[in-house]
Amino acid sequence: MSTPMPDAVLVPHGEGHDGGLSSEVGGGAPGAPPASSRAEDARRRRWVLARRVAGRVLGAIFVLWAAASFTFFVQTLLPGSRATLLLNESSGQQKNYTAAELAPINHEYGFSKPVLTQYVDYIGGLVHGNFGTSYEQHQPVLSIISREVGPTLVLTLTSLLLAWVMALLFTIATAKRGRVVSAIGSGLEIVTAGLPYYWLGVILLVVFAIDLDVFPVQGGTSLSGLVLPALTLGIPLAGFIGQVTRDEFEKVLEQPFVTSARARGMGDLEVRLRHVLRHAVLPAITLSGWALGALISGAVIVETVFARPGIGQVIVTAAESRDVPLVSGVVMLVATVYVVANLLVDIAYTLIDPRLRAR
Amino acid sequence: MSSISSAPPLGPAVARPLSLPRWLARLRPGVILAGLVIAFFAVAVIVPSLLAADNPLSINLAATLQAPSLHHILGTDASGRDLYSRVIYGARQSVLIGLGATALSMAIAIALGGLAGLAGGFVDAIINRGIEVLFAFPVLLLALLFVAVFGPSATTEIIAVGLGTAPGYARMIRGQVLAVRDSGYVESARALGHPYHRIVRRHIFPNAMRPLVVIMTLGVAQSIVWAAGLAFLGLGVPPPASEWGALLDAGRDFVTQAWWLEVMPGLAIVLLALSITTIGRYIQQQLEGGIAR
Repeated sequence: MSTPMPDAVLVPHGEGHDGGLSSEVGGGAPGAPPASSRAEDARRRRWVLARRVAGRVLGAIFVLWAAASFTFFVQTLLPGSRATLLLNESSGQQKNYTAAELAPINHEYGFSKPVLTQYVDYIGGLVHGNFGTSYEQHQPVLSIISREVGPTLVLTLTSLLLAWVMALLFTIATAKRGRVVSAIGSGLEIVTAGLPYYWLGVILLVVFAIDLDVFPVQGGTSLSGLVLPALTLGIPLAGFIGQVTRDEFEKVLEQPFVTSARARGMGDLEVRLRHVLRHAVLPAITLSGWALGALISGAVIVETVFARPGIGQVIVTAAESRDVPLVSGVVMLVATVYVVANLLVDIAYTLIDPRLRAR
Repeated sequence: MSSISSAPPLGPAVARPLSLPRWLARLRPGVILAGLVIAFFAVAVIVPSLLAADNPLSINLAATLQAPSLHHILGTDASGRDLYSRVIYGARQSVLIGLGATALSMAIAIALGGLAGLAGGFVDAIINRGIEVLFAFPVLLLALLFVAVFGPSATTEIIAVGLGTAPGYARMIRGQVLAVRDSGYVESARALGHPYHRIVRRHIFPNAMRPLVVIMTLGVAQSIVWAAGLAFLGLGVPPPASEWGALLDAGRDFVTQAWWLEVMPGLAIVLLALSITTIGRYIQQQLEGGIAR
């Protein structure tokens, strides 16, 4: 399973364009083998494909298992007795308890069992969709998350859409438009990509919500309250997508097929939109797994800046009150989403790209 | 032909080191500015009293929440403490957390990436999967998990940010080691019968580590930003520390009345991070100029 990440940008694209294709093309070429052997060939290829997909699925399951084990063992590193922490959290005190006081808690949460048994229970629970029970809210983590996930999904998806629209418009408008425009364009992308969410959010908040009073300071989940958080989350991502896309965009603009399109009399804007764009967006799409992680991390901060309800608020409050199962439940769920999303992208690539199928 | 013979010999002229003023004159203004910003914060880290006369902890209830003025150039906070002094005195903790996290992350990354790249085969496959597992955890969420388990402190911040940013670097280093391992000069060293440890020590290690200078520089900037983000959430070093993220956290309640409490410490973070990134990119260009372009 190939996990996309920022440095993949440095990898030259289109490698293997030559060698890989020939075996695929061979089937339809003149002097093709007789029909029976061709059916044999197709069967063999389906088998290879099935094996590849199965391999990816197994790999993803392994990663999930390892991630779950990691999460579990980090939890066992908790200094001191968990039952004491729990009692102190629910009573708001800081004191030591007698063994008799701790016993029911230890029994209820299984802290007195051997670590290995706890581990097996934890993994078994995850397999059945049990991500643990919050110490503080005494509810299953999954039901807390499903109650709070709505606003976070709205925020992240809006930001993602916004980031792509901003980045593409900006790239189409400024890539290879003479030295000055290009330099301003790429400079702006570098600066925006590096802006911390907490700072950008505060600036937007101070300017547009407090000084100009265009948007509410605490918008809750209203539509007008979505604008500033979505911009805060979207602008740095747009800068990042823009950087990646611009590099590719400028490379593609020099390709022979662009020259040939121009020679056929196609206008500059049409060339950019119809021919260059579809090539230039590929590297940024490959990085969408990375973008997912960045969006979730960002959402946690943005929700705090704008006091917006959502998963971010849940996990920050939980980390503050040291509600370990709730935090690790959210973390494990995000890891699961990430792994499954990557698996689907990977399988899609395997199915679409004939070069990956042939090998 | 005559023009060539009359020109000074090319080789030594290129190799002669530039004198300091000529070297400075060649730098772009952006790079000089970035260097100055870094120098300023370096002084703040080492001897903050040189830059800020006011005690960052001295409370003055007669001058609370004052906007930036000539007397308090960045304004004052809710207890009347001078914000400029607090930013200057907070630099040490912020920068040290950033450096610590980067050091930890690099140590993990070099160990994992180097071993994977050198050993190849089974070991490589295992480590690669391990890196993938770490990738499944977004940096901030991993940090929150560590805070929940160990409680907030500077050490937690360093471990969390260091571990969270390590997989990306590990993968880069692995790629670097692989590229160098398969390069022509390593192959010829092998053909000449040099022992393995010598090839690793003399050829692979120095060449694979060179781009690390850049990655590390950029990593420091990133770590400072992440650590401050964690502190901004109220999960960093407890008050009255004036670490930059803690300043942001403290200013959050006053954002409607006193914008400077949020904007100014954030500006310090952005300025320093941007300057470090600029210098990192400059080093990268210099290195690439010498090798590829």
